[in-house]
Amino acid sequence: MQDNLYTYLLMLGDNSMILGHRLSELCGHGPSLETDIALTNMSLDLFGQVRSYFQYAAKVKGDDATEDSIAFLRTERKHLSSLLVEQPNTDFAHVITRQYFFDQYHLLLLEQLCESNDDQINAIAKKSIKEVKYHHRFSKTWMRRLAQGTDVSHQKMQVAVTSLYPYTEELSKANGVEKAMLAEGIGADLDAIKVQYYNELDGLLSDIGLQKPEEGYFYKGGKEGIHTEHFGFILSDFQYMQRTYPDMTW
Amino acid sequence: MVGHLSHIAPEIYQALYKVSDPEVPVLSVLDLGIVRDVKQSEKQLEVDITPTYSGCPAMDMIAVEIKYALESIGFQAKVNLVLSPAWTTDFLTEEGKDKLLKYGIAPPLETSLDKQVLFEDARLVPCPQCQSSNTKLVSQFGSTACKSLFKCEDCLEPFDYFKCHK
Repeated sequence: MQDNLYTYLLMLGDNSMILGHRLSELCGHGPSLETDIALTNMSLDLFGQVRSYFQYAAKVKGDDATEDSIAFLRTERKHLSSLLVEQPNTDFAHVITRQYFFDQYHLLLLEQLCESNDDQINAIAKKSIKEVKYHHRFSKTWMRRLAQGTDVSHQKMQVAVTSLYPYTEELSKANGVEKAMLAEGIGADLDAIKVQYYNELDGLLSDIGLQKPEEGYFYKGGKEGIHTEHFGFILSDFQYMQRTYPDMTW
Repeated sequence: MVGHLSHIAPEIYQALYKVSDPEVPVLSVLDLGIVRDVKQSEKQLEVDITPTYSGCPAMDMIAVEIKYALESIGFQAKVNLVLSPAWTTDFLTEEGKDKLLKYGIAPPLETSLDKQVLFEDARLVPCPQCQSSNTKLVSQFGSTACKSLFKCEDCLEPFDYFKCHK
């Protein structure tokens, strides 16, 4: 088995899976019908993407693994999503900020993966980027609308930005697997993405009148399987059926 | 007959034509352009289909219905899901676009106009009920992944727009 490729696919898929799950929690709870539908549409896109990644990962793994066993039977330490995407749906400001912080990265990542020399990753990226352009447009528009809305919405956005900004750096901080994948022409160049990412992020924040936190401290660990306290709760929801009735199928 | 499928036997074409998209039942899978290839050897068929959106929940059901439809005319079929080339609204046939309009869903505009509509609030999508172009985007995301939600400011009816996807 190609260990690095398998791990890389988990990293790509886990971000989509955990964020997709977070958004699915909002089904029926959005602040208005249109935003509720939009957020759950985005959840569906992300779940579609993770199915493609995990179907491919199952093939790479080569044993009797399936997309479902990869999604439902790994323990917390084996999940390689970034810390940002597991942060809770505290309020709509947090939902939108988390989404924009991820979408901006996701878009830059997929632009590069559209050039991947791995045919399957290349195909998934070309498919997904069309969807992610809509996500990015949606979350960026809402960032502006809320930041420049009322005093209350502005204040709530500032709280969300202050609390979520420290989770952003991990997205574009390459670990060993990502460096190896870049060297093989399969993965993205995260150093290049990082520069573009913070140009976009900091540019938008200053444009819409929000401050990034002064101290330059960033959290990390998700990509190595070390998560925040929220992750266990996600997994217990996510894996409940499979753990209670092992090997159940629909 | 759809160009890239002109090589297949008429009876197979007819059987596939009867399989519809469960979310837009007026469209055949051939109108939608998601059947990308059909390979035949004797009574064995391999059908390649591609999803409109990654998360399209109808794909599994469509795959099963294609299998049944082909079994009913005496073929064993295997359905493969292919991702490349990625589906675009260019794969929709002209007949498919007409059917959408009659069904009350505005068909996709060409790309540059679509961008003006979805991203710059231009009023260009004709209302499928009254044909007025005085229509307004309500939400980029609609009842299914492939549609966005519009409202006609003349007849006041809400309607779905099948968004351009390239």
